[in-house]
Amino acid sequence: MTDTDSTNALEAERVTLSYDRVAVVEGLELGIRTGSFTVLIGPNACGKSTALKGLARLLTPAAGRVLLDGRDIALRKTRDIARELALLPQAPLTPPSVTVADLVSRGRAPYQSLLRQYSREDERAVTAAMAATGIEDLADRPVDELSGGQRQRVWIAVALAQETDVLLLDEPTTYLDLAHQIEVLDLCARLHAAGRTLVVVLHDLNMAARYATELVAFKAGRVVAQGTPHEVVTPAIVREVFGLEADVILDPQTGTPLVVPHRPPHLT
Amino acid sequence: MTTPTSRSASTARTVRIGGDRVSLRVSPRLVLATTVVTVVLLAVATLSLYVGNSQVTPTRVTEIILGDYGAATRFEILAVLDVRLPRVLSAILVGLAFGVSGALFQRLTGNPLGSPDIIGFTSGVATGAVAALALGTVGIGAALGGARPSIEAGAIVGGIVSAALIYLLAWRGGLDGFRLILVGIGVSAVLSAVRAYILSRADLGAAQTGYRWLTGGLGGRDWDDVALLVVGAMILVVPTVLLHRPSDRLSVGRELATSQGLPVGRWLVTMAVVGTGWIALAVIVAGPIGFVALAAPHVARLLTGRPGPHLATSGLVGAALLVVADIISMRALAPTQLPTGVVTGILGGIYLLWLLQSRRRGTA
Repeated sequence: MTDTDSTNALEAERVTLSYDRVAVVEGLELGIRTGSFTVLIGPNACGKSTALKGLARLLTPAAGRVLLDGRDIALRKTRDIARELALLPQAPLTPPSVTVADLVSRGRAPYQSLLRQYSREDERAVTAAMAATGIEDLADRPVDELSGGQRQRVWIAVALAQETDVLLLDEPTTYLDLAHQIEVLDLCARLHAAGRTLVVVLHDLNMAARYATELVAFKAGRVVAQGTPHEVVTPAIVREVFGLEADVILDPQTGTPLVVPHRPPHLT
Repeated sequence: MTTPTSRSASTARTVRIGGDRVSLRVSPRLVLATTVVTVVLLAVATLSLYVGNSQVTPTRVTEIILGDYGAATRFEILAVLDVRLPRVLSAILVGLAFGVSGALFQRLTGNPLGSPDIIGFTSGVATGAVAALALGTVGIGAALGGARPSIEAGAIVGGIVSAALIYLLAWRGGLDGFRLILVGIGVSAVLSAVRAYILSRADLGAAQTGYRWLTGGLGGRDWDDVALLVVGAMILVVPTVLLHRPSDRLSVGRELATSQGLPVGRWLVTMAVVGTGWIALAVIVAGPIGFVALAAPHVARLLTGRPGPHLATSGLVGAALLVVADIISMRALAPTQLPTGVVTGILGGIYLLWLLQSRRRGTA
């Protein structure tokens, strides 16, 4: 894994993404630094999830191009890309009655073929992915029976089994209670510390500021601000992006910026 | 050489050959379920040879099957070898075609009710057949080329035209399952109106033949039908085998499947083409027999415990279902022969209601 700060693992060049000819993201210019933990933030329907899908070739740009390690992803085989970049969608389908081990092993698909359905290399990667997410004990359990937090760790293991340098997660903490959100984000931080490039879409600004090395703020399909949490989470940018009046103080635990919305009207 | 990697019955095991060069995933329950269905299919198919509206004693049937024609009359030999045998083989192959097609379309639409009957392919084939019938008797066909357009030719043309129409209307830079179902239901409604109009204008004989054909059945299917089915199945089986892994990989949803390196768009189109091929083959030979394509993948999934409709198992279940339905259609009100489509309609309807009931109780 290269760790030079100057290179970009992923780059969007004037990318326009649209659904049914309606542009949701327009002229996106974005560089994801190799080895960064980049979090995309912004209000609902600002295009952050759409941008993530564009970066992972789930949406084909109507204009512009996406570069993975400097090469246009539209010109590469999807199977080859799957060995370098994995995306966990917001709502993947759980195949009915599938067990945890079976589901995680599906992450090995880009390395398999008709005659190589499960090599020892696959087995090793699946075991490693389950160990990294702490789900070894659940291996034989049906995924439908797990709690929300456990299930999310299983899905992250599915993405990890792909053994890619770049990992994209679309709102991995949505629908989880606070303790499980922390659990998932701690796991992300460990994966980042192990050398992976992470791009994560999050709703919670404070959580984003706590874990990210790099924040990208979206509004109406455009990037409004990009930089470290300290650069991006300021009263002015919070007002511009979310339309919210707030103070920004320092998190007493981490020293990262913490957004405190102004006193609500019923208390003034 | 064999390394079991897990204990759970529904979890796949790995079989390795030549060190690590070849590794195959096998689910014990899948193997068991497929074996059981195959045995049941062979049993009911054999039983079916002993059932029929012509009186041939079981001993005589056994003799004829084993090639001992000594004691048999010409009529008995004919009844078994040229009436019952092609009928059973037709039922097996038509059921197989319905089952495979149903599994492919359920996966393509990502919907347990996304069967080809509902999407309207069946309806297109049926309308083509009815149109050919009516044209023939009205005499336009005769005026055009001298030859009366056969039901089969009409069915093929109807199938191709309606499939093209449905895919054209549903296509939006790719195939969307839900859109396909909605467009299919719409096209299906229009086609059924066209069919009703044609039948209302046709003369009595043609209308009667048309209605009988529309119920769907296997009565009177001969070796020509079997030959058509065998040729069709041989053409379709290769792409179907190739579709097996992609269709399984799609069970995590299109987005994750793409992220895992599956060229989803290309495989969905292949699925649509192959699925349409199977359903056309079945309907051309047996008419629009309902519910087999819908029920077979469900039963296969219950038996295998596998996520997603398994193509081979679903095909075998479809074959067994249709053979059983055909036996019932011959014997239930004997000597009156019920059309097979009536039996599958009743059985399928009951099954669907049971499924909904047990879903509501949370047991399925």
